[in-house]
Amino acid sequence: MALPKYTEPHYRIWHYFYLFICGCVFFFLIAPLFVIFPLSFNAEEFLVFTDGMKRLDPDAFSTRWYKDMVYGTKNPWGLAAKNSFIIAIFATFGSIILGTLAALGLSSRHMPYKGLIMATLISPMIVPLIISGVAIFFFMAKVGLAATHLGIILAHIILGTPFVVITVTATLSGFDHSITRAASSLGSNPFNTFMKITLPLILPGVISGGLFAFVTSFDEVVVVLFLAGLDNTTIPVQMWTGLREQLSPTILAVATCLIVLSILILVTAELLRRRSERLRGINR
Amino acid sequence: MSSEQKILSTGGIPLEESLKQAEKKNKIKAFLLVTPLLLFLIITYIIPIADMFSRSIDDKMVTNMLPKTYKAMEQWDGKELPPEEVFKAFYLDYKILVENKTAGKLQTQLNYEKNGFKSVLKKLARKQKKFEEGNYKEQIMKVHKRWRNVDYWRAIKRRAPAYTYSKYLKGVDMYSNEDGKIVQVAEDRRIHRILWSRTLEVAFFVTLFCFLMAYPIAHLLATLPMKYSNLLMICVLLPFWTSLLVRTASWMILLQQQGLVNDFFVWIGLVTDDNRPEMMYNKTGTYVAMTQILLPFMVLPLYSVMKTISPSLMRAGKSLGATPSVAFFKIYFPLTIPGIGAGCLLVFILAIGYYITPALVGGASGTLISNQIAYHMKSTLDWSFASAMGLMLLTGVLVIYWIYNKLVGVDNIKLG
Repeated sequence: MALPKYTEPHYRIWHYFYLFICGCVFFFLIAPLFVIFPLSFNAEEFLVFTDGMKRLDPDAFSTRWYKDMVYGTKNPWGLAAKNSFIIAIFATFGSIILGTLAALGLSSRHMPYKGLIMATLISPMIVPLIISGVAIFFFMAKVGLAATHLGIILAHIILGTPFVVITVTATLSGFDHSITRAASSLGSNPFNTFMKITLPLILPGVISGGLFAFVTSFDEVVVVLFLAGLDNTTIPVQMWTGLREQLSPTILAVATCLIVLSILILVTAELLRRRSERLRGINR
Repeated sequence: MSSEQKILSTGGIPLEESLKQAEKKNKIKAFLLVTPLLLFLIITYIIPIADMFSRSIDDKMVTNMLPKTYKAMEQWDGKELPPEEVFKAFYLDYKILVENKTAGKLQTQLNYEKNGFKSVLKKLARKQKKFEEGNYKEQIMKVHKRWRNVDYWRAIKRRAPAYTYSKYLKGVDMYSNEDGKIVQVAEDRRIHRILWSRTLEVAFFVTLFCFLMAYPIAHLLATLPMKYSNLLMICVLLPFWTSLLVRTASWMILLQQQGLVNDFFVWIGLVTDDNRPEMMYNKTGTYVAMTQILLPFMVLPLYSVMKTISPSLMRAGKSLGATPSVAFFKIYFPLTIPGIGAGCLLVFILAIGYYITPALVGGASGTLISNQIAYHMKSTLDWSFASAMGLMLLTGVLVIYWIYNKLVGVDNIKLG
């Protein structure tokens, strides 16, 4: 952002100071993520930068922690990753179906008690996770679903639906209802209209809500800590245990993989957002 | 057409009527779409939360352990030592508990009620094996002289009610004493009040720090040309999408005593090498990590509001003679207040219930009320106390949520 030539000196100084502050904040936000990356290639067992690493000595780096993550004896990561993906995928689909239906209803101008229902549907996002965890644990224990995959999936559907409801409602806010009426007047039944007209248009919103639900489930640890037995351990739970007991570089290898995954998700979400804006004719 | 003649629709029904019917049909249709999720949430989420309330006031544990004793005690007025039947009933109840090896729970519970009860009960557990039939009053009183003290029997009776608000009192470090008056616990045992005030303090300062850091960068993002701001937006969105545990782990590495932050302090000469400050496992760690983790939640609402403010407003102000700072505080800042409200409330709500990060980097002096709830859920298994504290926290959050809804509206929440 170039300043005009007539800018007074003190304002010029203030402007550069402001840019400096912004730079510091951006650094504070992003830098911590990049500490993990080099340390996960540490040849030593310590979580500090060794002198060899500071000199960029090739011997100080190794991929042993990645090997340990995949092939290590007694290592929990394989099972945890499998569980995490199974739970997150089912929870995402559950959230998408329930959340999209609810958003369709909520966006109708005929919906009674809109505010109250919206507040109820979003409440799992607002209520502190620890309270959700306690309440869901009591429920699952009562119906005999504690320490089962199904119980955890249902819990994650509860936590994931608010995101789908919000993103799909937002997509529907710019939705032109006359095209669905046009479809009906041309003889299409409601189901066909939904599949052929509405769904393709709101799909970006649905998918980005699904991404939120996926990340929420994949990253969720508080509720799983209450619900999981030994067979249902997930990646976040393993990381939590590891961070509490001893910080081993294997955790950093896992963390690096998770950062790569989040970069992929970020790119997908960003592409979807742009596509959605293009489809809905919003030009910025 | 006269005004009295009703307009008829195709079926011969008055148009007004048929429109009303269509409206009703649409209402039902919309409601049916919401029903599956609403029912699902009510059954698996809303009712269990409400159920936490009955659990928090439910106190049948001791009553169930000593059924005969409480039945016998119904007649006793509590003024003098109870009659023989009570002693006998207590002996029979307690014998079962000792045989089932569940007497420990009773000992702990009664010790809460009256200090020193535990040792008395333990002694009784050892001696009562040799008890002979009949005259239990004499035999029990012989085991320990405290059984002659009526206060101990009153303590048992006081423990009887099946419903209690004592867990809520305990949550704010109060209890009802022997006379039924509500008093504070001894000063050195008021741990919960410290936790509540610390939770509020941490949530408040984290919100403040987030606001101070987010405002300039949100402004920069909103005013820069698209191609630069998109690039910088990644700095906000990447942490937002990254796992909470990964971010906490990176702070644990950075803040440890041999970590990079301390290395930097030594390098610029702020501290000496052998005098590195402890930055983790205390409040500092909680503050730093939580601020970084919650910062995106402040930036995004601020950004979406600032994006809508036209730059020509500031230019108009300046052309009318305002200095940049006056133009900022009189024009720009008031327009961003909705975003500030949304961001601050969101961060405050999230911070007040934070659990994972304080548990990992907070140590003993940096843990919050959520950690206490988890501790009682997992370690002491005092679920009714955990429920009571959870509901106290929930009430606070719901009040803030209500304010948020009034000020911003939940349907205005934007993500990403």
